[in-house]
This record gives sequence, C-alpha cells and structure tokens, in this order.
Amino acid sequence: MNKPLRRIAIFCGLLILALLVRTNWLQFVEAEELNTHDRNRRVLIDRYASERGNIIVDGKPITGSAKTDDTDFAFKRTYVNGPMWAPVTGYASQAFGANQIENLEDGILTGNSDQLFFDRTMAMFTGDKKKGGNVVTTLNGAAQQAAFKGLGSKKGAVAAIDPKTGKILALASTPSYDPSAFAGYGAADEKAWNALEKDKDKPTLNRALREVYPPGSTFKVVTAAAALEHGVVKDIDEPTDTPEPWKIPLSTQPMKNHASGCENATLNRAMEVSCNSVFAKLGDEVSRDKMLETASKFGFNAEHFVPVRASSSTYDKNMDRGGNALSSIGQFNTTATPLQMAMVTAAIANDGKLMKPYMIDQLEAPNLDVIEKTEPQELSRPVSQENAQLLQKMMENVVQKGTGGNAQINGVTVGGKTGTAENGFNNEGTPYAWFISYAKTGDGSPVAVAVVVEDSDARGGDISGGGLAAPIAKAVMKAVLDKK
Amino acid sequence: MSVVTNTTTIGAIDAPSRRNTELMLLGFAVAVPVLAYINVGLALDGKLPAGVLGYGLGLGLLAAVAHLVVRKFAKYADPLLLPLAVLLNGLGLVMIWRLDQSPRLIQRAEGAFGSFTPDAPKQMLYSAIGIALFVGVLLLLKDHRILQRYTYISMALALVLLVLPMFFPARNGAKIWISLGPINIQPGEFAKIIIAIFFSGYLMVKRDALALASRRVMGLYLPRGRDLGPILMVWAMSILILVFETDLGTSLLFFGLFVIMLYVATERTSWIVFGLLMSAAGAVGVATFERHVQQRVEFWLNPFADKTWAQSEQIGQALMSFGAGGTLGTGLGQGNSDLIMFAANSDFILSSFGEELGLAGMMAFLMIYGLIVERGVRTALAARDPFGKLLAIGLSGAFAIQVFVVAGGVMGLIPLTGMTMPFVAAGGSSVIANWALIAILIRISDTARRPAPAPAPSPDAEMTQVVRP
Repeated sequence: MNKPLRRIAIFCGLLILALLVRTNWLQFVEAEELNTHDRNRRVLIDRYASERGNIIVDGKPITGSAKTDDTDFAFKRTYVNGPMWAPVTGYASQAFGANQIENLEDGILTGNSDQLFFDRTMAMFTGDKKKGGNVVTTLNGAAQQAAFKGLGSKKGAVAAIDPKTGKILALASTPSYDPSAFAGYGAADEKAWNALEKDKDKPTLNRALREVYPPGSTFKVVTAAAALEHGVVKDIDEPTDTPEPWKIPLSTQPMKNHASGCENATLNRAMEVSCNSVFAKLGDEVSRDKMLETASKFGFNAEHFVPVRASSSTYDKNMDRGGNALSSIGQFNTTATPLQMAMVTAAIANDGKLMKPYMIDQLEAPNLDVIEKTEPQELSRPVSQENAQLLQKMMENVVQKGTGGNAQINGVTVGGKTGTAENGFNNEGTPYAWFISYAKTGDGSPVAVAVVVEDSDARGGDISGGGLAAPIAKAVMKAVLDKK
Repeated sequence: MSVVTNTTTIGAIDAPSRRNTELMLLGFAVAVPVLAYINVGLALDGKLPAGVLGYGLGLGLLAAVAHLVVRKFAKYADPLLLPLAVLLNGLGLVMIWRLDQSPRLIQRAEGAFGSFTPDAPKQMLYSAIGIALFVGVLLLLKDHRILQRYTYISMALALVLLVLPMFFPARNGAKIWISLGPINIQPGEFAKIIIAIFFSGYLMVKRDALALASRRVMGLYLPRGRDLGPILMVWAMSILILVFETDLGTSLLFFGLFVIMLYVATERTSWIVFGLLMSAAGAVGVATFERHVQQRVEFWLNPFADKTWAQSEQIGQALMSFGAGGTLGTGLGQGNSDLIMFAANSDFILSSFGEELGLAGMMAFLMIYGLIVERGVRTALAARDPFGKLLAIGLSGAFAIQVFVVAGGVMGLIPLTGMTMPFVAAGGSSVIANWALIAILIRISDTARRPAPAPAPSPDAEMTQVVRP
C-alpha cells in the first residue's frame, strides 16, 4: 500500500502548495490593488488614524484635528472659520471623501506621502506617533477676510493674485459652506451634506476657480491689449473710426452703447466710459484668430492648476465675424473664471509678464522641515511692456475719471475696469457685476483682483460693476497694501 | 541465555523514543504564543496584558499534561505532532483574545445582543476539554487495532451524527449544528474521525474484492456491483448532506476522504477517476438546484460586485485583509481584520493572521499544517498493519482536505464553505475533535515506531547449530 500512500502524500503537498501560491498571489502580487480598492475601508481608517497635518495661512493653521471616541476614525477634521476658507481648503470628510487641497495634498496631510518616508522611518525608531505634514498657502488672511466680508450675503467670488509672483492672495466664494459640518459620518453630518447637495445656490461650488461667467466689459481690456499688440491701434489718444450706431457684422442689429459719446472715441475714452461699439469694432478689425491668440496668451482656453484645477475660460475658436465682435466685449461665447480675469489684470499690472498662479507656497514635514517649495514661474507674455503700460494708463484713467471711481484708494495708484455681463438668453437673468483692478506702489504692483457679484439688481450699464464689485476689490487691495 | 546469542537477523536495539525532542519543541510551542500574547498587549495598550500569566500557565500546563501522558502511554510516538498542535492552538488563542479587544466587535456585539462576551476564555476551556479527550484517547486506546471491532457501529454513529443537524435550525445558512441548550456542537467535526474508522475497517476487509474482482472496460477496471455499493452510498450520502444541510465543506471532505482511502486500499487509479467523475456529476447536479450553493459560487467569482457586497461582505473583506497584511503584516494587534465582523475569529481567523502576520506568517502557518499532514502520512507509511495505515492516511487526508477547503475558501481560491481552520478557529467542536484526531495519530505512530519485541528464543534454530560454544 505504500505506493498509493506516497502519491497521496504528493497530493496533500500539492494542496498545501496551491495555498502557498495563492497567499503569495494575494499578499504580494495583488496586495497593492486590494489596498487601494474602493471598498477598502482601511484607506479611510488610515486617513483618520492619526492627527492630520494642517493647512496654514499667515503662519496660523486654518484647520485642525479633533480626537473622537469612534472605533474606526480616531480623528476628525475641524476648520477655523470654515465658510471663509472653504474655497481654499476644500473638505475632508470621513463619509464624503475629500476635495481640493485636502484631497490633492492628502499624502502630506496624512503623513503617508513617499516624500515623508524618511520622517516616518525616523518616527518608527523614536516611537513617535505618526503625524501629518503641513501645507503652507500663499494666501493673505486679511485679504481673504476683506473679500469674504465684502461679498457678504451676495452670491459671487473674488480672486486676488500677487502679479509679481503669481501667488494667490485671496480666493473667496459665496454662498459658502462649513466643511466642519460634515467632517464626520454621523446622522448630523449626513443631513448637512444632503442639505448642501440640494441647495439651489450651490454653496459647494468654488466660484472663484470652477464657475465660468461672461466677463462682460472687463474683457475689453483683453481686446484693447490685442488691438495694441497687433497694431490695430497705435495711439490710445487718437480717435477711432467708429460710427454711431455701429452695425454688428453679418447682422442687422446695431451694437448697443450704454455710454454716450462713443462715436469715434479714442481707445482711452472708450475704456473710460466702456463703449461697446468701439471695442466690438476693434475686435472685428483685429480678427478672430488674433483675438484668440492674445486671449490664449492671457490664459484662456486652458485649464489652470493652482494646484486645484480651475475651469478653462473660453474664447471661441469657431465664431463668425458677428460672434467675434460680440465676444470682444465679453459677451456671446466668451466666458471667464474670476481667477482668469485676475490673471489678465495681474499680467497687465506686471508690465506684460503673466506669472503662473499658485496657492501652495510650501509643504512641510511634521517636524516643519520644508519638503517642497513652489518657485514662481512665468506662464507667458501676452503684451509687451510698452503696451502693458499703455493698458495701465487706460485702466488707471477708468478709476480716476471713469466708471471705476469706487476703487480709488488715497495715495495709491489704482487701475481697474468695470463690467456688467448680460446673463442668459435675451438678458433674462440678473446681470453679473464685475470689477478687475490692481494697486500700484513705487516698486510695482502687489495685488491684482477680480471680483464678480452674481445678483446685481441694476440692469445694463457698468454702474453695477463699479457700484457693487469695485468696493470689494478696493477692500481686498487695501488689506494687502496695509500689510505691506 | 542472552539476546545477543539469538541468531535471527532482527536486532533488538531500542529505537530512540524522541520524548526529549518533543519536550523541547513543546517549550517553543508554548513560548511562541506567550510572546505573541505579550506582543498583542504591548501593541494595544502599551503594557503587559494582565492575563499573560493565566493564559501562559494554562497553555503550559495543558502542554505538560499532554506530554507526560504521551511519555508514559505512547513512548515511541511521533515527536512533532503534539508540539505542532499546541503551537496552533496557542496562536489561535492569542488571535481570539486579540479580537476580543477589538472595540469594533465589542460595539457591534453590544448593539446586536446588548452585551459582549469574550471568546478567549471559552476557547481556553475548549482547549482543556480537547486535551482531556486527547489524554482519554491515549489512556483508553491501548492499541488502535481495537477500533476495527467497531467498524459498523462507527458507520451507524457517523450517519446519526451527520443526519442530526437536519432537525435543528440553520445558522448562517448552513444546517451543521446541534444545539442543546447553551451547548452548540458541530457533529461534522467528530463524524470525520468516526467515518475514517469505518472506512478503514470496511476497506481492510473488502480491499481484495474491490481491487481484483473487476472487469476491464476501456482500459479501466470496473468493480462489481456489490463492491461498488458502499462507494455509491457514500457518494449519495455526501450529496444528501449537501442538499439538506447545505454543507458544502463536509460533503467535499467525506467524499475526498473516501476516494483517498479507496485508492490506498485498492491501489487502483480507476477509483480516483470514478471518484472525480461522480463528485463532478454530483456537484453540477446539486449546483443547478441548490440556491445556497449557487450563491456561494457567485460570491466567490465576484467578491466585490455590488450584489455580493449587499449580501455578504465577508469574502471581499477577507481578501482585503490579506492584501493589507502584505509581505510582513501589520503586526499583531495592529490590523483591521475585525472589519470582517463576527466571523473574524472563527471561519475567517486565517485572514486575521494573514493581515497581522503577513505573507511570511501565512507561509509559516500553512507549513505547520503541511507538517502535521506530512507526519500523519509518515505514520501511515510506517504503520505495519493495513488498518493502521488506512486510518492514519484517512485522518491525515481529511485534515489536509479540511485545511485546503477552509484556507482556499477564505483566500478566494475556491468557493467558501462552512468549515473552520483546525485548532485556531474559535469554536469548541473543532478544537476538541482535532485533539482526538491527533491523539489517534499519535497512538498509531507509537505502535508503528515501537521496536519489535525481542523474538522468542527459537529452539529449532538452536537445534540446527552445528557448532556450539
């Protein structure tokens, strides 16, 4: 009977071998896949197992971690002044995931990033508890406060940039939400989350980065830049050849002007009172392709990562002449995010050099060592230095004599442009009030702002842009200037 | 007259008893779980667990009693079987105790039943009963051949044990339990030993008939109808168990056991072919009718599908446990295998080990089981009587199949069945029955390795000597 016994022994050996192969397959080959599986609760448990690092503004954390008595999640995210900072931080919720910086820098914040491998290994030897690293932002607390307060109960957004470096100084969006309200996974959190999801005003929408609006008259700055760059206008104080009324090409409609005295107005004058006819005609003369070229250099038609992804602003590539003329005054198919218009302003304020916007200054290890620092980067040069200064001259004129008077700050040169964008088909929606501006001191400009307020009551004209949005821009600029 | 003067060729040099080897190995088998226990305590609370003395002494005492009984009553037994079983039992205790500390499981139990009772003390008690049975078997069973007398009684007993659960309500979808008040017994665990005894006795008598009285048809030896009867009966029985008790594992175990023993007894490969064909036919047949079986296969094929997840997260959670363990494991006490919930310390205890000890620990674990099987097969090879050979191979084969079916199910290699990992899983029947199984193997190995008694002086041989001193 020994021969079959030996065979049975081999068979039993094969059974054990099959198990050995399977365990190798599971724990070595497939381990990574299983560990990152959507259904694997360990990912979440691990994310909240140790104290999460903080997001820092002006040296102070705007986030925190609270110890819980939960069996799965030892810590819960807390936020300091959550609604004000939500467009910057995003949220980190035990039940509903994370977004924006909380999501993008999750590795650093949880301490799981490969960049923190050395720190983790050291902590293992010293017996320290694992801790997350910090994300230091470029934001300016005072400017953010001014922006958020300025928007108040209105619906809108503010984006402010340091033109010289591209650092984002303020990023506000209203109505906002408090990410603390649903940081856990209990019934209250679920209720808060569902309420947000159902809210018609979309508080979770980051209007500064993700919402595109028709930029209205603020886009005239881009048209003026294109006209100067492509040699259509050589002297901003020379009358343009603009009839009143001016007919939109391929259409019987005349271009409506809300301002008077636009016939043959100079570029400077047309900017001051915001003449539609002059800019529409200029856009037509520059031609669609060259308008597109300049707009693209300013950052249109591309997504920007700051590192949170900002939606792409558009200047349509396939319009007819009439469409191009309308688009040149920021209507028709032209759309822009507040960040995009802040970039336009920043490029002009920085003498034509557009810096890549960013809001993470550096990443720190738990022991505060700097792991990664963002260096300012040039994105493009949409206009030459001379033309940028001509544009500055016109924008400063807008604030001194024109529609942007509300943005004047004593003792500081301010340049700006108002805008009121028609909203919806046949202008049915309430128009959007826009204001873009920059402040200038002796050594260049420290701040460029774009403000959009959605629910302006005034219909037509640029009054609402100057009336509603300009004071907010002024407050933000003042906050930055005062800190200097 | 001295032994040396005997002229027969069989020497009477004592085979080494290896009892001291066993004692040393037992020292390790107790020390490893105690260190593991301390490890869990340090990982969970940062201090020595309060029960370390109690559990350590308890396990040590049980091991010592078992060792002394073996030393006295089975002197020549295989020295590895007892330490391996003690090691597994001890590690199982540690893991069960570790899962008792899980806040997640405590919270769940309090939510579901209003209170939480730890499983480790119960398991300690079952281990003690198991060792007591081990001792009892070694004391009462002086020679394993006595069991031959109970061939048909064993068959009847096995049938009763297997049929009984049909009259008790199903638990977690399978009718494999007998509930007597607070005591729950899984008779299948005991039946596997008793049925091996029946098979050994029956086959020893019938093996010549089965092997030789057959017609050759298309290259295969077909047995006669009357000899084929019992195998058909066992096949039918395993199918019936599957149908009525929805116990996939036990039916597979019995059928595999019978085919192995039949093959060893008759030395004919054709029996394996029959066996495989019949089990395939049976499995396909049952799978087309039995919803429970279909569901198990469905869960196995798509462990992460939404439909599976809604009904049973267990397999998916177990797979993720193994993944979380990776190569070196999270360390004892630091995993999240309790996400599998109530079965984390019983059916799925292997995934708890997989997560906390990692691939390295799993390989070691499987090798321990492999070693037990291998020592069992060696015992069968060494046994001098066919009954002992058959019984030893039957028990080791059953053990191997059970390990494969359970571990394979938990690791997603085959569909999950309702059996438990021998010695480590929480649950009384399994621990107690497997201690009895080890006791019988030890008894057979003792008989097998016992040196042959000195032959009686042979007067005939002396008479033929020409030259006398």
